Amino acid sequence: MALRPDLAIIKEWITPGARVLDLGCGDGALLRMLRDERQAEGYGLEIDPENIVRCLQAGINVIQLDLDAGLDDFHDQAFDYVIMTQTLQAVHYPDRLLQEVLRVGRQGIVTFPNFGYWKNRLQLGFGGRMPVSRALPAQWYDTRNIHLCTIKDFQRLCRERHISILEKVVLDYAHRASAPITVLPNLLGEIAIYRCQRRGNQGD
Amino acid sequence: MPESIPAGSVGLVTPQKKHFEEPIELACGKTLPQYDLVYETYGELNADHSNALLICHALSGDHHAAGYHSMEDPKPGWWENYIGPGKPFDTDRFYIVCPNNLGGCKGSTGPNSINPATGKFYGPDFPIVTVKDWVQSQKHLMHALGINQWAAIIGGSLGGMQVIQWAIDYPDRLRHALVIAAASRLSAQNIGFNEVARQAILSDPDYHGGHYYEQDVVPRRGLMLARMLGHITYLSDDAMRAQFGRELRTGRLSYDFDVQFQVESYLRYQGRSFVERFDANTYLLMTKALDYFDPASEYDNDLAAAFKRAQARFLVIAFTSDWRFSPARSREIVKALTDARRQVSYAEIESSEGHDAFLLPNDYYKDALAAYMDGVAKEAGG
Repeated sequence: MALRPDLAIIKEWITPGARVLDLGCGDGALLRMLRDERQAEGYGLEIDPENIVRCLQAGINVIQLDLDAGLDDFHDQAFDYVIMTQTLQAVHYPDRLLQEVLRVGRQGIVTFPNFGYWKNRLQLGFGGRMPVSRALPAQWYDTRNIHLCTIKDFQRLCRERHISILEKVVLDYAHRASAPITVLPNLLGEIAIYRCQRRGNQGD
Repeated sequence: MPESIPAGSVGLVTPQKKHFEEPIELACGKTLPQYDLVYETYGELNADHSNALLICHALSGDHHAAGYHSMEDPKPGWWENYIGPGKPFDTDRFYIVCPNNLGGCKGSTGPNSINPATGKFYGPDFPIVTVKDWVQSQKHLMHALGINQWAAIIGGSLGGMQVIQWAIDYPDRLRHALVIAAASRLSAQNIGFNEVARQAILSDPDYHGGHYYEQDVVPRRGLMLARMLGHITYLSDDAMRAQFGRELRTGRLSYDFDVQFQVESYLRYQGRSFVERFDANTYLLMTKALDYFDPASEYDNDLAAAFKRAQARFLVIAFTSDWRFSPARSREIVKALTDARRQVSYAEIESSEGHDAFLLPNDYYKDALAAYMDGVAKEAGG
C-alpha cells in the first residue's frame, strides 16, 4: 500500500532518534515508518480496538486512550514531537487538544482536511450538499469529523492561542505541493500539514 | 467430564514436582531450608530454549492452567480459554510453564505440607510469603528447567503482580511482560476486603489457631464466607444483575433466612465448593501477599524509578467493568512505564464481567493477546 502523502512529508520533518507521540495512530503505519527509517521511539494513542490489534500485530507501542479525555498522563515536553494526522477535526475539543499537543510535545505536527478546498465549496455552495470527497469520504450522518475547519480557521486559532507555525505544506487534489497552491492554499489545498510550537518555546 | 479431549486443548496433563535443597531467604526474614514446587508444562521447549513462557497464577489459582488431569476430570485448567494449540498462548509454538506458588495448597510447599524439622504440618507457622519471594522461587525453577530467559511472563490479577516483580527484579530474564487486570499495589478498599476475608477464617471456631489439620476439621464456614465475599468483588453489578436479577428459587418470599434469591444460592454453592478444593491457611497467606505487594516502596515510592530497571516490553490489559482492579489502576502502571520511557502497549477491553473477565472468552481480548504473542513467537524463531 502506498504511504499516505502527508505521512511521507512528516517523516522528512522528524529528526533521527526523536521521541514521538502519535495521537490517533490508526494501524501504526506512521510509527512503523518512523521507527524503521528515523529510529524514532514512542507511542501511538488509539481508541479503536481493531486498530489496536493491528498495532500490536505490527509490534508498535499503542496505548488505548480517548483523546477527548486529554493527555494528563503525559508530562510537559515529554516528547520531541506530538503528531496528530487527520484527527484534529474528529475530537470534541480541538482547541484544547492542540494546546495539550504543544504542552506534551516540544513541537506539534498537525494535518487536517481543508474544508475550504474549492471542491468542497462547490459541493456546498452550488450543490447545496455536505461535501464528500477522497479526503472527506463519509456522509454527514456517519462521519467522525465533527469539527471541520479551513486553513484560515486553523491559522487564526494558532494566532489566538499564541502558537507559532514553523512550517506548512498544503497538498492539492493530486497530493502535490504545486506553485499555485502557495498563492491560494485555502482554495486549492485539499490537505494541510503544519509543524508548530508554543510561542516562546526554544529552538527549531 | 470430557468424553473426548476438545480440539484446541492440550489434552491430558500430569503435574510435575521439583525439590529444591538450596535454602530460600524470604522477605519476612525467615528461611525455608528446602521446598518443593509443583508445576505443569505444555508444548515443547525449542532447541535454543528461547520459546518458554511463564504463567503466574492468581489468588485461588494453581499450576493446573490448561488441559485435563484425567478423562474423569470435570473441568479443564483455569486458563483453558487462552492456552492450547492455536490459542493465543499457542502450545504449538511455545513451551509453557505454570507453577503452584510457595505457600499454596496444591503440592508446592505450603501450610498443608509437613515441616521436615518437626514432622508436623507447617500450619500457621508457614512463613508469610510475598510476591518477591514467589518470583525468586520461580527463578530457581527456571534454572532447574534449563531456561535462561523467558520469552514472556504472563499473569492476571495477583499473577500480574508477579510479572511486574519479575520485570523489576530480574530485568534480563524476560523479553515480554503481560500484566492483566492487575495493580501496582492494592488500594485501602482492596485491603479492606482482604481483611474481612481473613477475619472470617480466623474467627471460625474450627480454625484452631491454624492447627486445624491435627483436629481433623477445616474452618469451613470462615473459608466459605471469605470466598463468597471475594466472589462478589470479582463480578460486576451488571453481570450479577444479568445472571441472577432478583429471581427467587421458589417463586415467592418465605420470610425466613433460608436461601431465597438465586444469587444467595449461587454464592453459597461457590463458597462450599471452594472449601473442598482450597486451604484456609493458604488463603490467608495469598491475601497477605496481595496486601504487601508494592514494588515502588523499594524505590522511594516512585514506580517509574522501579520500572527504569525493567528491560522487557510490556502489554498491560484492563477490563472496563473490573472494579476490584479497575482500568485506572492499570493506567497507573502504564503511566509509570511511559514516564520511565519503557516500551508499553495498553488495551482496555470492553466487558461486563468484572474482574473475572480475564479468565473468560472475549473476542477483543483474545485478538489482542494473539496479535501480541504472534510477535513474541516470531522473535523466538517460531
